[in-house]
Amino acid sequence: MTYEHHDYDVLIIGAGGAGLRAAIEVQQRGLRVAVITKSLLGKAHTVMAEGGMAAAMGNVYPEDNWQVHFRDTMRGGKYLNNYRMAELHAKEAPERVQELEQWGALFDRTKDGKISQRDFGGHRYARLAHVGDRTGLELIRTLQQKVVSMGTDVFMEHKVLTLIHDSEGRVAGCVAYQRPTGEFVTFAAKAVVLATGGAGRSWKFTSNSWEGTGDGHAMALWAGAELIDMECIQFHPTGMVWPLSVRGLLVTEGVRGDGGVLRNSEGQRFMFNYVADMFRAETADSEEEADKWYDDHSAGRRPPELLPRDEVARAINTEVKAGRGSPHGGVYLDIGSRRSAEFIRRRLPSMYHQFMELAGVDITKESMEIGPTCHYIMGGVKVDADTAATSVPGLFAAGEVAGGMHGANRLGGNSLSDLIVFGRRAGMGAADFVEGYQGSPRLDEAAVNAAVEESLAPFEREEGENPYDIQRDLQEMMQANVGIIRTRSELEYAISELDSFTERVKNIKVKGGRAYNPGWNLATDLPAMISVSKCVARGAVLREESRGGHTREDFPQASAEFATFNFAHSSPAKRWDGEIVTERSALLEMPGELKALLEEGH
Amino acid sequence: MAQVTMRVWRGDANGGDFERYTVEQNEGEVVLDVIHRIQATEAPDLACRWNCKAGKCGSCAAEINGKPRLMCMTRLDQLPEGEVTVTPMRTFPIIRDLVTDVSFNFQMAAKVPALLPPPMPAEGYRMYQEDVERSQEFRKCIECFMCQDVCHVIRDHEENKAHYAGPRFFIRYAELEMHPLDTNDRRDLIREDMGLGYCNITKCCTEVCPEHIKITDNAIIPLKERVVDAHYDPVAWLGRKIRRRTKRSASDAAVQPAP
Ligand SMILES: Cc1cc2nc3c(=O)[nH]c(=O)nc-3n(C[C@H](O)[C@H](O)[C@H](O)COP(=O)(O)OP(=O)(O)OC[C@H]3O[C@@H](n4cnc5c(N)ncnc54)[C@H](O)[C@@H]3O)c2cc1C
Ligand code: SF4
Ligand code: SF4
Ligand code: FES
Repeated sequence: MTYEHHDYDVLIIGAGGAGLRAAIEVQQRGLRVAVITKSLLGKAHTVMAEGGMAAAMGNVYPEDNWQVHFRDTMRGGKYLNNYRMAELHAKEAPERVQELEQWGALFDRTKDGKISQRDFGGHRYARLAHVGDRTGLELIRTLQQKVVSMGTDVFMEHKVLTLIHDSEGRVAGCVAYQRPTGEFVTFAAKAVVLATGGAGRSWKFTSNSWEGTGDGHAMALWAGAELIDMECIQFHPTGMVWPLSVRGLLVTEGVRGDGGVLRNSEGQRFMFNYVADMFRAETADSEEEADKWYDDHSAGRRPPELLPRDEVARAINTEVKAGRGSPHGGVYLDIGSRRSAEFIRRRLPSMYHQFMELAGVDITKESMEIGPTCHYIMGGVKVDADTAATSVPGLFAAGEVAGGMHGANRLGGNSLSDLIVFGRRAGMGAADFVEGYQGSPRLDEAAVNAAVEESLAPFEREEGENPYDIQRDLQEMMQANVGIIRTRSELEYAISELDSFTERVKNIKVKGGRAYNPGWNLATDLPAMISVSKCVARGAVLREESRGGHTREDFPQASAEFATFNFAHSSPAKRWDGEIVTERSALLEMPGELKALLEEGH
Repeated sequence: MAQVTMRVWRGDANGGDFERYTVEQNEGEVVLDVIHRIQATEAPDLACRWNCKAGKCGSCAAEINGKPRLMCMTRLDQLPEGEVTVTPMRTFPIIRDLVTDVSFNFQMAAKVPALLPPPMPAEGYRMYQEDVERSQEFRKCIECFMCQDVCHVIRDHEENKAHYAGPRFFIRYAELEMHPLDTNDRRDLIREDMGLGYCNITKCCTEVCPEHIKITDNAIIPLKERVVDAHYDPVAWLGRKIRRRTKRSASDAAVQPAP
């Protein structure tokens, strides 16, 4: 069969912050570049980001600098990070944020006209550049408008099914289908950048959209790359819990950064009871001290509500289990009694509307009911920090799909800055690779045809399962067994269940035609969701300790032994239903001067 | 268990018809929830767009009981009792079911001459909150294109699309024109090619905007004063915008790439 075909130098899969930033870099180098996205342009996850983007610009606290940001990121990540990524991120984020203003971004300002910065958990200083609580919209619109003004080709509503290699084992392109028509398209390119975002859709309660099915994670695995830290999943402490229809929807950490506090059903500000030793020295031990801090960070230590997300999510979980939860199984987040209505509406306009319109709650007067929601995957494709290159020649990865930057737990605001720092670096890495490229990419035709056939199989079957039933069962299974608090028996159960899900996916029946058929689209998502879930469960059972976004009931402490390596997964068969091999992969050795930064007492 | 009957338009460019689905309805649910329930049970091939389910991405616009609304922000308990009718946006060609071809908007976006700022000083630009606020209002736009859908200039006049940018892009032009760093001048373009003169300020666009952007009062009317009125008064315009820079000519605007 022949399909519509396109040739490029660089193909970027994903039009979130990472993909668009990469495209700008490649386009500026004069290369032929295309961006492919499952949705329309401007609708990627990045648009949903609320609170802000972290960069040590020092606009509000001149004491801030890259060293402190680096230290905060490593501590937040419980030292599992790729130190070099954390270092580059901390050093380059300020310049990347400022650059956005040349392309039209308009951040909220300080009194003296600089970019304003707000407080977030785990960041020692107010560090998040923001626009109210719609920072992601500002980021994606700015990059989108820049890309459009440069005339970059964008293929919207094209879903990439799999990457295709050439005969030498280099990545040579991909095969996709157009959602509106259901027709297949092939793309050949000298380099491919994965910027496909996250994988939260495999859990029942999630802040992620239908797009977050881990396609890029899975495609990298199937292409021969390694995935690391997959057990590290961030459950954001504050998702909406009621009404059920919005369960999981995000409530920005900005609420706590701007003065909101957590209370249990007894009205107690319980976070004071959950300060881990590692954070005790820098955390307030009374409400009076904590409350002074908001206005002046030298007047008191930080409130415990602003501990890193893993700490707060676990605390909420414990309170609810102890019977001190709210009627719908969450706890209370209160800003209404602490800040003026005018302040709340100005700083948190979309939170105000979200609660007013969807829950009928006026957050300037009432408390919000919140609980943890699956939000972000720290794990991802193993890359070289400087170039974003994976172990597969010609394949690069940046943004949420890449692993290493955030270690075991990501700090709020560090993702948007990650996108622009490593999106740019992936663009540079891919462009350099293309400039040294010999020959021209040739797609392995047999592989293209096999991918097409496999995706069409659900139409051929006489009988089979509805993909929506499989998705629902998968989400419930993962939520119940690979959730916030994990234990060996449940994880082992999950691993064996995932094998039966694999069989169920092979028996899907899709109804209707190929044009804009969401059932079919879901059928093509499920192999990726299963591959990713398998890696998560395998990493989780092997990591016999608790660290960041991975908490084991049967191993509640962090262990020094496990602090020295990541678990790396690969797929020798390069197939979604093939076996996964998991190995220990040593962390990079950190240079002495950076180690010293971590050890400095504060 | 409460139930709701949904009358959903199903079909494609060749035509279609309404289908009725009676499904469960739970407390607090929005239209998108029941559309998802229909997909998960009776009609897995029912096409609709959505992403954030929180009114932030602008993907899920459709006409609910004849009015453009975001499906994810329209609570069933706030609609009148009885059947709920859901149809695709009328102004755009149908792809399938509730999904329309909104590429008109992306074509208009491609015609917008980029921001042209002065070189950035080493320590970044200085701008003041009161200077950025006007453009910030327009940058809240989530590109749901419901204002485009409701605007009568193109709603039933396909032929006007060739020379009419529509309210979403009028706010985009207003945003750039009021941007404290911009030095481009897009006046001729807005008047001659973007059809600002066709707008007769009916305010239908403002009424449907889910971001409550005052499209007509804050963007279109000032823009009209600036580019359409014969007696354009530069001093009055400048007075509206604090600390702004001089503009270049429109022809420069079209060719100058932003940094
Ligand atoms: C509600 C919410 C709030 C958040 N708030 C913040 C915040 O305040 N600060 C912060 O730093 N972070 C925040 N985050 C996290 C952050 O937004 C995301 O991690 C980040 O936006 C991911 O960006 P990305 O570029 O990696 O991918 P995304 O923005 O997720 O984009 C992925 C792209 O890949 C495309 N794609 C995926 N698979 C395929 C395929 N198979 N074929 C073709 N295209 C494909 C998609 O269509 C999309 O264009 C938030 C996240 C959520 C969900
Ligand atoms: S005010 Fe103008 S742009 Fe808005 S709907 Fe009416 S005619 Fe269209
Ligand atoms: S201006 Fe309002 S109605 Fe128009 S596209 Fe933007 S958000 Fe939607
Ligand atoms: S789904 Fe994003 S606005 Fe409705």
